[in-house]
Amino acid sequence: MATTYDQASQEAALSETFHLVEDEHGHGHGSPTLLGFWIYMMSDALIFAALFATYGVLSTSFAGGPVPQDVFDLRLVALNTAFLLVSSITYGFGMLAMERGQKGTVQLWLLVTALLGIAFVGVELYEFNHFAHEGAVPQRSGYWSGVWTLVGTHGLHVSVGILWIGIMMVQVAQRGLIEANKRRLMCLGMFWHLLDVVWIGVFTYVYLLGMIR
Amino acid sequence: MSASDANLDHELHSHGDTHGHGSTKSYLVGFLLSVALTAIPFWLVMSGITPANWTAAIVIVCAVVQIIVHTICFLHVTTSAEGGWTLLSYAFTAVILFITIAGSLWIMYHLNTNMMPGMMTGEVSTTP
Repeated sequence: MATTYDQASQEAALSETFHLVEDEHGHGHGSPTLLGFWIYMMSDALIFAALFATYGVLSTSFAGGPVPQDVFDLRLVALNTAFLLVSSITYGFGMLAMERGQKGTVQLWLLVTALLGIAFVGVELYEFNHFAHEGAVPQRSGYWSGVWTLVGTHGLHVSVGILWIGIMMVQVAQRGLIEANKRRLMCLGMFWHLLDVVWIGVFTYVYLLGMIR
Repeated sequence: MSASDANLDHELHSHGDTHGHGSTKSYLVGFLLSVALTAIPFWLVMSGITPANWTAAIVIVCAVVQIIVHTICFLHVTTSAEGGWTLLSYAFTAVILFITIAGSLWIMYHLNTNMMPGMMTGEVSTTP
């Protein structure tokens, strides 16, 4: 009897190992929130998949309206890409400062990231204004509906990200780098970096491939 | 996986952290690679020195590589993060993404080409 019991408990211990590994993270953020947020982001990526597919299907539906070559200015897009790319690394530096527990440095990098994000949205609004001025409005053709929806949804995400950075700066200022704030900053980081990944798809598919079509 | 990839991977995990926040080095490596992978396609398209087909192919390859670089260096998706669940869900999302986009383009292209010619341009048919 004793041996069977031992065997059973050993088996139980072995099967537990898989779950125990999860608890041994040590940093105190073995919270399921991070994985949950990650899965939310994957579903967000699927929204963009649908928008990219829509844009792709409508990519030649100009209906006699403006074509990309008439309206796009790649220098502006390159500038915007630079803003977003640099903001990714500044957020990364913020995360490294968070790991070291340097509250002031975290706030500084968050501020820099937010300013770069604001610059990005600012240039994008200027660009949309230029589109509208050239008659490339969403109701002009299927193509421009696709562009405005895809690029606009990304821009909206970046705007929400900037708002979130602002909220986190207030949180960190009031409560410091507590576990909850670290977890939130990690979620925000994933969100911010994913937006940069989506932007790679946007500038490649919409702008670069649009210009050489 | 090449030797340099393995080295980079080792760098990313060298501090023994299963969550992987990266290090200054991993962020800098990711950033420099991204700058190169952004500059090359923009330069090719803006200068127009290569034939359009080649430019398109290079631009797409650069984008795919850059997405992988961002995933590893910035999003820290690894086989060990969260017990592999982030990687699994990421791979699943990539498959769905590919099916959605490639499938839509494929089907709609064929639907377009199978349309009656008169309907393609919005002309009114002259036959009674």
